[in-house]
Amino acid sequence: MTNSALHMSNVRKVYRMADTEVVALDHAELTVASDEIVALVGPSGSGKTTLCSIAGGILSTTEGSVTVGDEEITAYSDKQLTVFRQNQVGFVFQSVNLVPFLTARENLLVVDELGRREGKPARQRADRLLEELGLTDRSKNLPSQLSGGQKQRVAIGRALMNEPKLVLFDEPTSALDTELGSQVMELIRSEMKSRGTAAIVVTHDERITAYCDRTVHIIDGVLAA
Amino acid sequence: MRLALRELVRRPGRFVTATGILTLIAILLMFLGGLLDGLIRTSTGAVRAQDVDAIVFSESSQASFLRSRIEPATRAEIDRLEVVSETGGLGVVQLGARVPGNGPRDLANVAVWGYELAPIGVPDPPAAGEAWADEILKSDNVEIGDQLLVGPARTPITVVGWVENTSYNGQSGLWTSVDTWRSVLTANRPDAALADGVFQAIVVRGTGGDSATMIAAIETTSGDGVIALTVQDAINEIPGVTEQQTTFNQILGVTVVIALVVIALFFALLTVERSALYGMLKAIGARSRTIFAGLVAQAVVVTLIAAIIAGLAVIALDLLIPPGSIPLYISASRIITSIVLLLFAAVVGCAFSLRRVLGVDPASALGSSQ
Ligand SMILES: Nc1ncnc2c1ncn2[C@@H]1O[C@H](COP(=O)(O)OP(=O)(O)O)[C@@H](O)[C@H]1O
Ligand SMILES: [Mg+2]
Repeated sequence: MTNSALHMSNVRKVYRMADTEVVALDHAELTVASDEIVALVGPSGSGKTTLCSIAGGILSTTEGSVTVGDEEITAYSDKQLTVFRQNQVGFVFQSVNLVPFLTARENLLVVDELGRREGKPARQRADRLLEELGLTDRSKNLPSQLSGGQKQRVAIGRALMNEPKLVLFDEPTSALDTELGSQVMELIRSEMKSRGTAAIVVTHDERITAYCDRTVHIIDGVLAA
Repeated sequence: MRLALRELVRRPGRFVTATGILTLIAILLMFLGGLLDGLIRTSTGAVRAQDVDAIVFSESSQASFLRSRIEPATRAEIDRLEVVSETGGLGVVQLGARVPGNGPRDLANVAVWGYELAPIGVPDPPAAGEAWADEILKSDNVEIGDQLLVGPARTPITVVGWVENTSYNGQSGLWTSVDTWRSVLTANRPDAALADGVFQAIVVRGTGGDSATMIAAIETTSGDGVIALTVQDAINEIPGVTEQQTTFNQILGVTVVIALVVIALFFALLTVERSALYGMLKAIGARSRTIFAGLVAQAVVVTLIAAIIAGLAVIALDLLIPPGSIPLYISASRIITSIVLLLFAAVVGCAFSLRRVLGVDPASALGSSQ
């Protein structure tokens, strides 16, 4: 267990609405090794986002247990989950990712401002990440002055700012064309591997899976290897 | 918080409208407040200037100078009290005055005072037939050396110097010796004439003890019934003063509520507009408290900017408006009070968005792909 970045055991998630229940995830068993990149593939509505939300401490489970690194977060309160998200996971969201009125560099530093408040080490880490991502000369640009691929790279940098155990990518290439998508996937892979950080990449594009170590399929809330 | 303040700096455009509206409201608040202060000053300045511990009226007068009579015997009794160090006679008559060079119907409203103990900012009584004039009379083209003809009897009074802030019931003070005042009174209001030694009121300075004790001593000693009031109480008894205050304070209250509503609406809209951004920030670890604090910080800064612009505008207005035309009185304390009230409105206004900020779900940041 200490060797895995994520361990989900018998996780069930039920969305309750006025008169219906939706079982978004059922008996999910998933272990992601500490430097493994897992592709999560499935059709729309199959439960991919729900699984990522649970793994990232955004949603809590209805049943089952979730461990990230060596932290068991199943019974965490909202407050504990907030601190957990500040420190242990990184997110690359599909839609809103960057703060529109902050520069690329400031978007990375937001993570420090909201969380650990390290100051100088965080600024150094941000500059190093921007360099690795080929964004040094874009660091003072606002998101509106960046291309789609550049924005996605800033988002990747932001996700790595807190040196997470696990990074969750929600359809990271869906807004990009095929070639840019491949470039971004290559970048994700090299960033994860050089750090030994685990990742789950949600996609419904089978081509993406080539950049991952393993593919997990999900249909109607049920996982299958 | 840093995030919110940066937004203010980077995107000032989205806050301009709110700042503009709040500036107008703040100007209204400060202007009306200044008007109230000015009105109160022009109706109470002469009483407020009394440098004494108590003003004594006859009991049936309801603290009205015109209705009040204090006989020499009563004054002597008050003088004999241990707690009293000094007394002075005081009286007033409100009349219209002809100003040389002005038209025959263009009368200046004056309150001719006879006094013995000099009020604050007023020298000792001038020679017979002379007066220290309130500088508000400058707006009636009065100059030093002018001889005003006061009242229907056209009693001549020569202006020999200026004093400040001594109006009474909106009428400019003319400060004369008690003999001059008494002759003006007899000539112009024979019905209200007073014999030598009789005053409308007596002002009293104590020996430095508790003024309540002194007031009680004065009221119990006097045979024919007097009421003694502190200067502040005497001010409140001037007809219209408390009514003016109540009315204006209600208007000021409504103005603050309007500011609050404007702030509440503006920031509620902003919160709705930002809910996707807030969701993303919460997902990466922002606490609701941090987000809400940022919102309050923005409201406070916007309001502060509006209030400071308004303060400067009202000060400029005060300098532009010629003295005596409207009774506007702009003081630092009025501006500061207005700013504090507006900041209070800003914080309370933001509170209406608190529930929405708390309600933003970090899960909304993920998977809006459906
Ligand atoms: N907040 C929610 N309330 C109710 N039902 C939801 C909610 N979020 C997702 N669902 C439902 O759960 C199922 C899985 O959703 P989701 O995890 O978003 O799938 P995916 O990301 O694979 O498209 C879907 O049927 C969806 O309609
Ligand atoms: Mg989804």
